[in-house]
Parts: sequence; structure tokens; C-alpha cells
Amino acid sequence: MADDIEKTAKNSDAIGTAVAPPRHSEWRRISRVFFGRKLYAIGFAICVLLILVAIFAPWIATHDPLKTDLRHKLEQPSWTHLLGTDSVGRDTFSRIVYGTRTSLLIGFTAVFASAIIGTLMGLAAAYFGGWVFAIIMRFTDALMALPGIILVLLIAGLAGGGIPVVIFALGFGGIAGMCRMMCGQALSVKQNDYVLAGRAIGMSDWRMMLTQIFPNAFPPLMVGITMGIGGVVLGEAGLSFLGIGVMPPTPSWGGMVNNGQSYLLTNPILSLAPGVAIMLLVFGFNMLGDGVRDAVDPKLRGVL
Amino acid sequence: MTAYIIRRAIIGVIILILVTMIVFLFMRLLPGDPLIVYMAGYDINRVNSVGPAQYQAMLHFWGLDRPIPVQYIDWLGKIFRGDMGTSIKLQENISVLIAERMPRTAYIGIITFIIGTVGGIFVGIICALRRGSWMDNVLTTISNIGMTIPTFWLGILLMYFLAYKMGWLPTSGWTNPFEDFWMSTKQLIMPILSVALGSIAGMARLTRSCMLEVMRADYVRTAWAKGLQERVIVVRHQIKNAIIPIVTVLGGALGGILGGSVFIETVFAIPGMGRLMTTAIFDQDYQIVQAGVLLFGAIIIFSNLAVDIIWGWLDPRIRLA
Repeated sequence: MADDIEKTAKNSDAIGTAVAPPRHSEWRRISRVFFGRKLYAIGFAICVLLILVAIFAPWIATHDPLKTDLRHKLEQPSWTHLLGTDSVGRDTFSRIVYGTRTSLLIGFTAVFASAIIGTLMGLAAAYFGGWVFAIIMRFTDALMALPGIILVLLIAGLAGGGIPVVIFALGFGGIAGMCRMMCGQALSVKQNDYVLAGRAIGMSDWRMMLTQIFPNAFPPLMVGITMGIGGVVLGEAGLSFLGIGVMPPTPSWGGMVNNGQSYLLTNPILSLAPGVAIMLLVFGFNMLGDGVRDAVDPKLRGVL
Repeated sequence: MTAYIIRRAIIGVIILILVTMIVFLFMRLLPGDPLIVYMAGYDINRVNSVGPAQYQAMLHFWGLDRPIPVQYIDWLGKIFRGDMGTSIKLQENISVLIAERMPRTAYIGIITFIIGTVGGIFVGIICALRRGSWMDNVLTTISNIGMTIPTFWLGILLMYFLAYKMGWLPTSGWTNPFEDFWMSTKQLIMPILSVALGSIAGMARLTRSCMLEVMRADYVRTAWAKGLQERVIVVRHQIKNAIIPIVTVLGGALGGILGGSVFIETVFAIPGMGRLMTTAIFDQDYQIVQAGVLLFGAIIIFSNLAVDIIWGWLDPRIRLA
């Protein structure tokens, strides 16, 4: 696989030099930096593991996550119920396994939605400047003037919960950050000569934005998306904890922490186990994001 | 500088008005009706028995039958006269409600902010100075994990160990610190810890990377070369320069703490602003939500303004530019 990537990757180092330097593909360099630090490799492994868990959930789960069994409610962990059962007899382990699906589904869709809209807004603001810039920036200022969770809570609370609403709310909450980041990048990319050249050959505004500016402002977006997933999963857990996120009986880690809270004295694992799952996922994606940032562009350290 | 501050303050007010406008529009356009919630709150059966005429009368009484722009202008006008309106659900004056609850959230928030900022900067500096040592490794790992812990979960974890298992602290609740300071402090240890840990972790990570950046700077090498004491180099050259980017995120940190108050006030049953906002959102109580948004928005916007001013004061390059 590495050879394939190497063949397709462009080799920019060897052009125009008398003695050809050793062939380094960009992908080789990125993977070297990325897997060079143990922490990043661990983050990567956690992410891969959780994605596999989400895909193969029906084979990993030992019970049906929705099946209630009142005769076996609030059981302590045993070999049949690895993490015990909740107040209506559902298997906690299976619910956590299926909860991975819920979290990742919401994480990916919300982040990609906010990335697409934020990118378009940021590109437009940076490219057109003037009043377009002013309006978009004041709009993002306004969105950023509220604590993130309050804004998301407001949208989800008024619209009434459920997975699509949570995705909409968290996606909306993420637009401002993505837009700001993209705008900053696009403003600096805009200064390059090839943008001037593009204008000289009469490229249309949108073609210029999408084929010239966007690809060159892409690396930070990649970092923003990876880091954003952790944040969105935390946000989803928070909403579900407060009771306006994912609606029961769909398994959601935040909701499970909330349900278990009433049985903290007798069955602490009901609340504590889903929290560990949340932390694992967020930790994995944060470390992955850090690794991608260092590998793609070390200059971004401290900026993102 | 004065002109700059005035300009920023004016932009701040404009943004604040924009926030309230967006929220106002959101609340009116999204489904949900505060009157239904209010009427059902008294008696489920009453919802059906309330005739359309009565409902219209209620709608008219609260002014909700007017066009949205008119409602907004009316609300804004009242705000400028210091009248925040009356809650539909609680039937109480919102200014009184907020005056009762905001001090609690502010009290917890300010302590958390101080602990989070001072603790985080302290940990970050230690990590940077002892880079690569076991202490750096342990603290950096802890702060990486600290950033991922959900506030509400940490609250529950602390509650389980410190209150249920050990019995050292009361499980939850709020006591006025002026009435019983000791009890109030015992009750606040867990909520403050749950929010502060995330703050400390984030701040420590940032401080560490800023310090490491500064350590490589030419002027630090020069300081070493001319034989200054390590203490002088660290305090006068490194920390002084590393603190500049840290100050810029303080406004955001305050926002994070205000957001965290929503969770800890729910977990620990503290009747503060966060709890008021959450229940108001559940009840679709337009007036309280709007007042809360105005208040939170104002706090964040003006603390960001304060950060900018402090920034200019710390860094002459910005002040004189």
C-alpha cells in the first residue's frame, strides 16, 4: 500500500536540482511524523478500533441493546452481562457498543456539515472581501458570543431533540469556528502569485475559489475536522445527558450516564462505564488531530 | 488606544444586538409554544378545555400575536429601560430572578476561572521547564486526558467517590456563603473541581507549547549567553513573552466555564443561571432565554474586549501599531 501511495504522490523535491536528493514522498514524511510519536499512534489505533466496533456492533454486542428484561434489572456485572444491566434490564455492555454507532454517526455528519458550510462561508468572505467579509464575520462573531453548549442547547431544546436535530444543532454550532479558520487560511493563500495568474487568464470567481484557493487552504481544515469530531461527540453526550439529545431508547452514552445517576449508590458502573467510552473516543480523535496537525503542518501548533 | 477601545466597544454592542436578534428569530421560528407549556403546567386537562378564544386572548396578553420585528423592537426598547420582562412559566419578574441566581453562578464561575487559569499556567510552566522528565510526561498525559473528560461525568464520578464512598462532602445543594461559609465551601468543592479540571488541562497544554516556543527564541539564547540567572531568564524573558498568547484565550475560557455551569448546576442541584437557562429552554420560556442570552453574550463579548485591552497593555507592538 505504501508503494502505491508513493507512486501516485508527486515528487516535488527532485525537479531542477543537479544532484537528485533521495526520493521522499509526502505521504512517507507524513506517516513518519505521525507514527513517530507513540501518543499519536495510540490515538490512531483507538479511532480505528472504535470505527470497527461501530461497524461490527451486532457481532460484538452480547445482547439486543433495546430488549428490556425486568426480571434481570439492575444486575451487577457477570459473565452473561459483562457490565451488568440497567433499570429495565437492558445489557449495559451491548448498549455501549451500539452507542459507538450513535456517537460516530452524529460526530461525522455534524462535523462534515459544519465543515462544508463553514468552508464555503470562509472562502467567500476571504475572496470577496468588503461587505461580504463584514457580514459573514459579524455573523460568526455573534455565534461565538455564546458559550458553545448554550447555543447548541437552545437549538436542540427548541426543536425538540432526536438524532437529526442533534446533528443540525451541533453542525450549526461548529460553523463559526470552521468559517473563521478557513477565512484566515484563504486570506493568506490569496496573496500567492498563482491566484493572480488565475485571475489573469479569466477564471470565474467560484472556479478560482474551489480549484485554486481551497486545495491550498485544505490542510488546516483536515486538522479542524479531526479535532472537531471529539468536540461534537462531547457536545452530543452533554445534550443527551441533559435529556434533549438522542431520544431513548436509542443507546447514547450521555443518556446512559444520566439514567445511571439515580442508581449511583448501588450500581455505579451504569453511569461510569459510558463515560469511559466517551473519554476513549474523544481522546482518540484529539490525539489523531494533534498527529495530523504535526504531520501536515507543524506551524499550526498553537494556532489550532 | 482610546479610539480603538471605543470602536471595539461599539462593535461589541452591535454583535450583542445581533446575537439577541438571531436567538429571537430562532425561538419564534422553531416549533414549540410557551403558552401550551404554561397552560399544561397547571393541569393537563386544561389544555383541551382552553378554547381558541381564550388562547387568542393569552397570545394577545403576552404580545405574541404581533409581527416578529415589532415584538423584537418592543423587547429591545424595554431592555434599554431596564425592564427584562416577566417569565411566562414562572410568572415572575426576570430581573428579580436573575439578580437572585446570577451571583451564585458568578461566585462559582469566578473561583473556577481563577483556579483554572492560575493552576493551568502553573502546570504548563512546570512541564515546559522540566521538558521530557517524568513529571512532564505525567502532567501532559493527565492534561490530555483532562481535556476529554465530560464535565457532567467527572461531577458524577467525584460525587460517587467523595460523597457516597468516602462521605467527606455533601452530595449536592447550595448554601449561601454568607450564612454558612464552611458548608457552602464543602458543597462547592466538587462542582468547582469538575469544571476547573478541563480549564486547567487546556490552559496547561497551551502554556506548555507557548513556553517551548519562547525557549527557542533568540533573545532567550542571548539572555543565557550574557550569563543571567535561570530564574531571571524564566520570569523576565520567557514567562513574560509566553503569557501574551495565553491572555487571548482567557475570554474563551470564561465562555467554557459559563457553559460548564449548565452541567454542574444540573448534576449538583445548584439553583444558578445555568439551571435557569436549561429549564427555561425546556419550558420554551422565551423571555428568560432571551434575557439569559443577553447576559451571557454581554459577559463573553465584554470579557473579550477586556482581553484585547489587556493584550495591548502587555504587548507594546499592538498598542503602538
